[in-house]
Amino acid sequence: MLRNLVLAMLGAVVGVTGVVATTPAQAEGEQFFPMLVYRTGAYAPSGIPIANGFRDYYTMINNRDGGINGVTITFEECETEYNTKLGVECYEKLKNKGPTGASLINPFSTGITYQLIPKAAVDEIPILSMGYGRTAAADGRVFEWVFNFPTTYWSQASAFIRYVAQQEGGVDKLKGKKIAHVYHNSAYGKEANPTLEALAEKYGYELTLLAVDHPGQEQKATWLQIRRAKPDWVFLSGWGVMNQVAVKEAAAIKYPMDHFVGNWWSGSDADVIPAGAGAKGYKSATFHSPKSDFGVHADILKHVYGGDVAKAKRNSFGEVLYNRTIVNAMFAVEAVRTAQGKYGNRPLTGAEVRWGLENFDLTEARLKELGMEGFTRPVKVSCADHETGGPILIQQWDGAKWNIVSDWVQPISEVVRPMIEKAAAAYAAENNITPRSC
Amino acid sequence: MLYRETGQFKISYAADQSVFPIAQDRWFIAAALAFAFLVVPWIANEYMLQAVLIPLLIFSMAAIGLNLLVGYAGQLSLGTGGFMAVGAYMTYKLTTAFPDLNIIVAFLLAGLVAAGVGLVFGIPSLRIKGFYLAVATLASQFFLLWLFNKVAWFYNYNSSGTITAPPREMFGVVVTGPTATAEVRYTVALSIVVVFAIIAKNLVRGRIGRSWMAVRDMDIAAEIIGIRPFQTKLMAFAISSFYCGVAGAMLVFLWLGSAETEAFSINESFNVLFMVIIGGLGSILGSFLGAAFIVGLPIFLTNAPQWFGAAMPIDLQKHIEIMLFGSMIIFFLIVEPHGLARLWQITKQKLRLWPFPY
Repeated sequence: MLRNLVLAMLGAVVGVTGVVATTPAQAEGEQFFPMLVYRTGAYAPSGIPIANGFRDYYTMINNRDGGINGVTITFEECETEYNTKLGVECYEKLKNKGPTGASLINPFSTGITYQLIPKAAVDEIPILSMGYGRTAAADGRVFEWVFNFPTTYWSQASAFIRYVAQQEGGVDKLKGKKIAHVYHNSAYGKEANPTLEALAEKYGYELTLLAVDHPGQEQKATWLQIRRAKPDWVFLSGWGVMNQVAVKEAAAIKYPMDHFVGNWWSGSDADVIPAGAGAKGYKSATFHSPKSDFGVHADILKHVYGGDVAKAKRNSFGEVLYNRTIVNAMFAVEAVRTAQGKYGNRPLTGAEVRWGLENFDLTEARLKELGMEGFTRPVKVSCADHETGGPILIQQWDGAKWNIVSDWVQPISEVVRPMIEKAAAAYAAENNITPRSC
Repeated sequence: MLYRETGQFKISYAADQSVFPIAQDRWFIAAALAFAFLVVPWIANEYMLQAVLIPLLIFSMAAIGLNLLVGYAGQLSLGTGGFMAVGAYMTYKLTTAFPDLNIIVAFLLAGLVAAGVGLVFGIPSLRIKGFYLAVATLASQFFLLWLFNKVAWFYNYNSSGTITAPPREMFGVVVTGPTATAEVRYTVALSIVVVFAIIAKNLVRGRIGRSWMAVRDMDIAAEIIGIRPFQTKLMAFAISSFYCGVAGAMLVFLWLGSAETEAFSINESFNVLFMVIIGGLGSILGSFLGAAFIVGLPIFLTNAPQWFGAAMPIDLQKHIEIMLFGSMIIFFLIVEPHGLARLWQITKQKLRLWPFPY
């Protein structure tokens, strides 16, 4: 009896996995945004505010404006656990949904972005990897379908060095200084290394590279090395649970927190709160305000949560990563709007949205209309430059909230841009791509 | 009734010793292969191929490799991920250094390199056994991944340490890289897996396989009857690593398109080991069944609520999936500790006596 049951179940399992996944039909007049999210696993502390941010901004646009110029936004989440293999499955599942397929994709994982970059041109779905992914994609001549504005890892790392120079009192003071880079041992964490190395040669500081293996819960050895080497500055490229562990460990060895600077993926509320008072003074890069009193926030509160602030807070409202996702979702919506200016107010294909991304011109006036004046900066993308080399801000945790403590710090473009072009050319040669002329 | 061997007389030694002595088995395998080669590429959509069938084939290949080592030769190994990484990184090095080299040849050469690495890491197996050997192979897992992460030569000095499958053609058809269609990649993977499954099936019923099983069952007795344990164990490590290496190359070049060492983490080693255990130790068919279980079930569980129109928050769904998956593993292991392949054998036994099985 039991045997028969087991056999029947086995048959069912093997049989049903063979069923072809069907795509539910969706009505006309809808623009589909796929969402690769990670609400579970070691990266959930970073993934949850991101997923909530996208959901809330798209919902707000639908509820407030009735969509993008009347075209309703639809979206669907797919759980990746920040795992590249699951990312592939999710991408395949979502890429053809909606009347025109996926408009653009925000992988929010450098590993998944790497995987999707070659596919983007074939499937004609542009990638908007805002401040992550492959830095070389900033060269739009080679990477036609990939956009990483407003700024990249390499620009960020160079801006960090410029910030250190400012704090130390000039570029010449960098000579002989010790800077350590604690990074997630993956494509993501390694991204900043070439820039830091190139600048170390140029300015004569001493660079120590310290890798932390996935998922980053064990960093005792790393911080022991830091305690021994006593670097003047520590730069952190962490993600998920790795960030809070790093901040805790730094506090435990009494490292001066105001000389400990995270990149923009290592500076959200979830990263510092677990370390308690020890996290006070910790800094991180960013490219938008950490505050939540802008017009866009009021609109989300009103149109998504019906004014229920407590409920909104439970859904990560106002956290740094939530705010960053608002910027990302706004870029996506405005890119579609830009493309609608050329192709008309209807659901657009990925190729049409790509045009919108390439001709993306977000002005100060437009930011004001969106209720984001002072929230982030204007961005103007061009055919050759998919990054725009935007400057960064430094924010600092005061024990209760993040505050901006610097002016806009410009990246060292004269070093970074040639490196980007060189890396892009190497990629083009390896993959038989002929760069287009811009 | 249908599955009955009455009247099938063997009149030659060759017929008596064939891989599938029962005619119905041969027909079934032929039909399944014809279906997989000729029908599936036409009816399956891209999601089905890319998310289910291609990984299924690749992990079947890795599971066959590990099954030869664990199931037949009795040497417990946790280094599968490391050996897969050797295959992937060596294929990448070979195909970027010699772009005109046929990609299948690159796979096989990379498999040979993986076999060499397996040989080296198999040396401790002469002195240590069981769980202790597992720990020694664990060292290979960590060492190899560290090596590919640390030495930039392996990923051609690019900034991120990611290897990307460049476009490569075979007979005028693009088989790797972004422009290769899922159908082509599926067919290539299927061909490789079928050829190597047949080779494995023949290996294990020949002299080599028998000496592996002798060593597995009692190595002192095997030594007394004239089997050299050192050579036998090392050969098991080499051949197993070859299979894993080719599987790793396929993983990057026919499935993911680009990967970093994270794709070959210790979790993959465990996954492949679970495939072997759930599928059935010492069974080639079991390797396929185990891979189907471990690869297919989570995808089925992820998609099932949507098919039945039961929408739920995505994180809740994921947690339910993990719980169900875990309980299914325990359920199958309690019901049939010898794996899914044993279930199939019992079914066969009953089918022979059908309609009155006992």
